[in-house]
Amino acid sequence: MMKAKEVLFDPVFKNNPIALQILGVCSALAVTSKLETVIAMSLSVIAVTIGSNLAVSLIRNVIPNNIRIIVQMTIIASLVIIVDQLLKAYAFQTSKQLSVFVGLIITNCIIMGRAEAFAMKNPPGAAILDGLGNGLGYAVVLLVVGAIRELFGSGKLLGFDIFQLTTDGGWYQSNGLMLLPPSAFFLIGFFIWALRAWKTDQVEQEH
Amino acid sequence: MRHDSVLKTVVVATLLCIICSIFVSYAAVSLKPLQEKNKILETKRNILVSAGLMEEGKSIEELFKKIKVKMVDISTGRFLEGADVTNFDAKKALKDPSTSMRIPEVKDIAKIKKRTLHSLVYLVEKDNQLETIILPIYGKGLWSTLYAFIAIKKDGNTVQGLSFYEHAETPGLGGEVDNPNWKKLWKGKKIYDENWKFAITLPKIKVDPTKPESIHQIDSLSGATLTARGVENLIHYWMGEDGFGPFLTWIRSQGGEA
Repeated sequence: MMKAKEVLFDPVFKNNPIALQILGVCSALAVTSKLETVIAMSLSVIAVTIGSNLAVSLIRNVIPNNIRIIVQMTIIASLVIIVDQLLKAYAFQTSKQLSVFVGLIITNCIIMGRAEAFAMKNPPGAAILDGLGNGLGYAVVLLVVGAIRELFGSGKLLGFDIFQLTTDGGWYQSNGLMLLPPSAFFLIGFFIWALRAWKTDQVEQEH
Repeated sequence: MRHDSVLKTVVVATLLCIICSIFVSYAAVSLKPLQEKNKILETKRNILVSAGLMEEGKSIEELFKKIKVKMVDISTGRFLEGADVTNFDAKKALKDPSTSMRIPEVKDIAKIKKRTLHSLVYLVEKDNQLETIILPIYGKGLWSTLYAFIAIKKDGNTVQGLSFYEHAETPGLGGEVDNPNWKKLWKGKKIYDENWKFAITLPKIKVDPTKPESIHQIDSLSGATLTARGVENLIHYWMGEDGFGPFLTWIRSQGGEA
């Protein structure tokens, strides 16, 4: 039995779902041009990973083996729809910006991967921690990428001016590339590089 | 590997589906009123944005008080006094044959097939003088129907602003109709030429502001030929005789005293 602390914090840096397992990268590119959408997306994903891990773990001994993937998908899809409805009701503007990407949480490999690899074999308490940990791991990468993209792309953080833009009479010439999805690729690359320089055991061996 | 009986598989699958559907429908039904309220606010916000009256941080309801909502009979171009403007739902009215009409194919440049007989219009007044008219317009782009509000000055000719609020065009290409910089290009453009013929075009080459015809021209969207054509067509239709043409003519004849 793993320790609770390891279950919770390992996915943040040691076994990060985006940086080490390279899962869930699609949405990391799409929603990270502004910090505000990043936060909404991260919270949504955390809610769904916790919920799906808990639900799958609770019924793990009842799920027939041959339909387990469909069972997991059904649970995840239902949770995502509920999250989407909540966003539309309580955070309308953000949900408009996230548009289709909330729905696409269903296809985020992190959630399905955790349900299949962890929740199917562990009790509910540990599964919740694992869901939270992996959600946080996802959120950390998104927050870093989102903060850099918003700061250098539009000179703002969470909508507040940090760098005065030249278009508003300031000194900072905004970097348009930062607002385009490919920049997230570079930034995630740099994030992985930094992480592996710090934790050298994550470097893959050459054959 | 465990082997499960067919019966158990069916029972688990059925129960799971029922439980999940209960959760999903509960969320959808209980949150519906809030979502509807958001949609109405969003419409008001878009009306304000098109007229350039939106101020961030201020209450939309408060700002919207400046705007008068009226009903217009599209074909005669006159106001329908006493019409119920609060409960008018354009999408519902479009489905009802008694409140909508089929557009003859030759006239249907916006490719919308049907239009409602009546439409809401939004009037901005200043010191009891009409300032701006905001009209709801829509038409086919490449993939989807684009819905917009166009704000026109009281001369019935000068564009004050254009704001699309619903579409499903390709993000980054046709989706650039939402780009604030592109939307800014519309301000001050004239819809009609001196003979009151529709004159707006979206040329593919950069508009030369020194040329006299540039007053009717807006830069097209690169990589979105069909969306841009759709935008041109839908404005052409709604500003034409079959759309809000009669209403705009009437507004002009009133000299902005409506």
